[in-house]
Amino acid sequence: MISRIGRWIGKHLMLTLGILVLLYMYIPNFIVALMSFNDASQSRNLYQFQSFTWDNWLNPCDPQGMCESLRVSISIGLLATLVATIIGTLAAFALVRHRFEGRSTANLVIFLPMATPEIVMGSSLLALFVAAGMGGQLGFWTVLIAHIMFCISFVVVTVRSRLAGLDSNLEKAAMDLYANEWQTFWKITFPLVFPGILAAALLAFSLSFDDFIITNLTSGTTVTFPMFVWGSAQRGVPMQVNVIGTLMFLMALAIVVGGEVASRRRARGKAAKL
Amino acid sequence: MSLADGARGDLRMAGLHKRYPNGFVAVESLDLVIPQGSFFALLGPSGCGKTTTLRMVAGLEDATKGTIHIGDQDITHARPYKRPVNTVFQNYALFPHLTIAENVEFGPKRRGVKDPKQEVKDILALTELTEQAAKKPAQLSGGQQQRVALARALINRPEVLLLDEPLGALDLKLRRAMQVELKRIQEEVGLTFVHVTHDQEEAMTMADTVAVMNAGVIEQLGSPYELYTNPRTTFVANFLGRSNLIKGTVLGREGSGADEVVKVDMFGTVVSINASRVHTDSKEGWIGIRPEKVLIQPEGTAIDAPGDHFSGAVVVSSSYIGVSTEYVLRMPWGQELMCFEQNTGRRGGLLQVGATVDVSWRPDFAFLLDSSQDAEAGLEEE
Repeated sequence: MISRIGRWIGKHLMLTLGILVLLYMYIPNFIVALMSFNDASQSRNLYQFQSFTWDNWLNPCDPQGMCESLRVSISIGLLATLVATIIGTLAAFALVRHRFEGRSTANLVIFLPMATPEIVMGSSLLALFVAAGMGGQLGFWTVLIAHIMFCISFVVVTVRSRLAGLDSNLEKAAMDLYANEWQTFWKITFPLVFPGILAAALLAFSLSFDDFIITNLTSGTTVTFPMFVWGSAQRGVPMQVNVIGTLMFLMALAIVVGGEVASRRRARGKAAKL
Repeated sequence: MSLADGARGDLRMAGLHKRYPNGFVAVESLDLVIPQGSFFALLGPSGCGKTTTLRMVAGLEDATKGTIHIGDQDITHARPYKRPVNTVFQNYALFPHLTIAENVEFGPKRRGVKDPKQEVKDILALTELTEQAAKKPAQLSGGQQQRVALARALINRPEVLLLDEPLGALDLKLRRAMQVELKRIQEEVGLTFVHVTHDQEEAMTMADTVAVMNAGVIEQLGSPYELYTNPRTTFVANFLGRSNLIKGTVLGREGSGADEVVKVDMFGTVVSINASRVHTDSKEGWIGIRPEKVLIQPEGTAIDAPGDHFSGAVVVSSSYIGVSTEYVLRMPWGQELMCFEQNTGRRGGLLQVGATVDVSWRPDFAFLLDSSQDAEAGLEEE
């Protein structure tokens, strides 16, 4: 039996390695999902599976302040994504499509925040806010400002690479085929760049939702979801955190699968139309 | 000019000049009339300004000086989408996110045609793409993509269709087939085609009129026959086909009218060249003769052509290519000449390397070019 398995592995070395890597990547998600069904009320050791229960899923907002922190994180995430995606996309267009003085400098300056350690950026932001007299108002808005700032760089870089790969002859061809500047943008440029913008927006949201260091330094008394988890980790993370984690994972999965299904259906629908 | 000149839909460029911001002058000063309904080729090596000219007509480049008219309409500075002109791009520039049918109906929809379904169907049939209508460009072969680019432009029935090296990306066999196809379509739709290419064979097979461009100016314009048999410059003589160019000294003129000839001394032999084929006023000149017009025979045997006669040439190399044989001959004065001979079997067997041969050509085939021009101009670097 063991030799049979050994032979199979020998034959399918690439596949075996692939499975191992995937396991390595996804085991944490399985653990989180599993722990979301853990009944930890009787136990002192929160990191061990005791017994199965639906309680965590039925009362996700039980731990005090958790759902409030989640609401704050989602609000900040959505707002930061919206603003950063708009500004970043416009900046990417300017950087790729227009020749202007200081263009290469602008490219570098926009890239720089990505390379700056978060702890440095966070503390400078805190210093800035305090110096600007906002020391007393640290909270939702200062966190939002900080998040928009670091998301912009990522949006610019993502959209820029998509835009740079776009053949500028396509826009010329559109204009040659009687499309004015406006129509050329909405019929050709935007649909072709949109996947890049969408990817940038998803990236921005997950960066914002995820951020701890900068947020912690600029949030004052406001508590975001990562800060809540960090804070509760001192005493033991409530099992409901796993519920939220599992939900987030499932949502990401749904977005990816949904996108794939939609694009396949579109391709098939067009073939059927003929 | 007005309609009365019969210039209804002719494409006219006058004093057209393009200078890029970095100082490079792509088009010097172009005067060109392309008659409506003709198949016109702009032929030249890369960087000669032919594509820039095309893009100025399409509105993708702005002319520095000069004017462009189609009929009475001045389109020199019109936006690209305001011109009755469509382009087939070199790499086709098909919209990757749209199907073939959507690509093709893009133009009509922008022009406000409500339901272009029938037109789309017709043009797809004309270009043999009916089966591909629902596919995306990436699913098509190179030749099919090329036809989509053509259909997408043709459906708009432009006054002028611009083709920018449209067959450049295809392999040789497909290119030949598409040359015939393009010519057929042009005759069927009767639109003005302006075709930019660096391939002389392509230009000659398809176009009614060819303009040979070099370094921003048109060297010569005419029918393929005219350009080939009577080139005016060494560039045209070398770029269109191949030529032997031999140094000669002009002795004087004889005769008059159509029979007027110019006598030229060529290394001791006096040759006569018809005055209509003489393109220099100076004392010196390049005598040009096409390699297939050069006849050879083993020393001492008769050459069945009355004409300029030389002896003492030696075969330096020969390459047999089935339908014909290409010889390189060393002339008594040391220069090497090319000679292409049809393998008619007339002589029975090939001439051996080292053989001494007599050489002859008919004086009516020779032409005389200005000696100040570079004899190597227009030769393709390989």
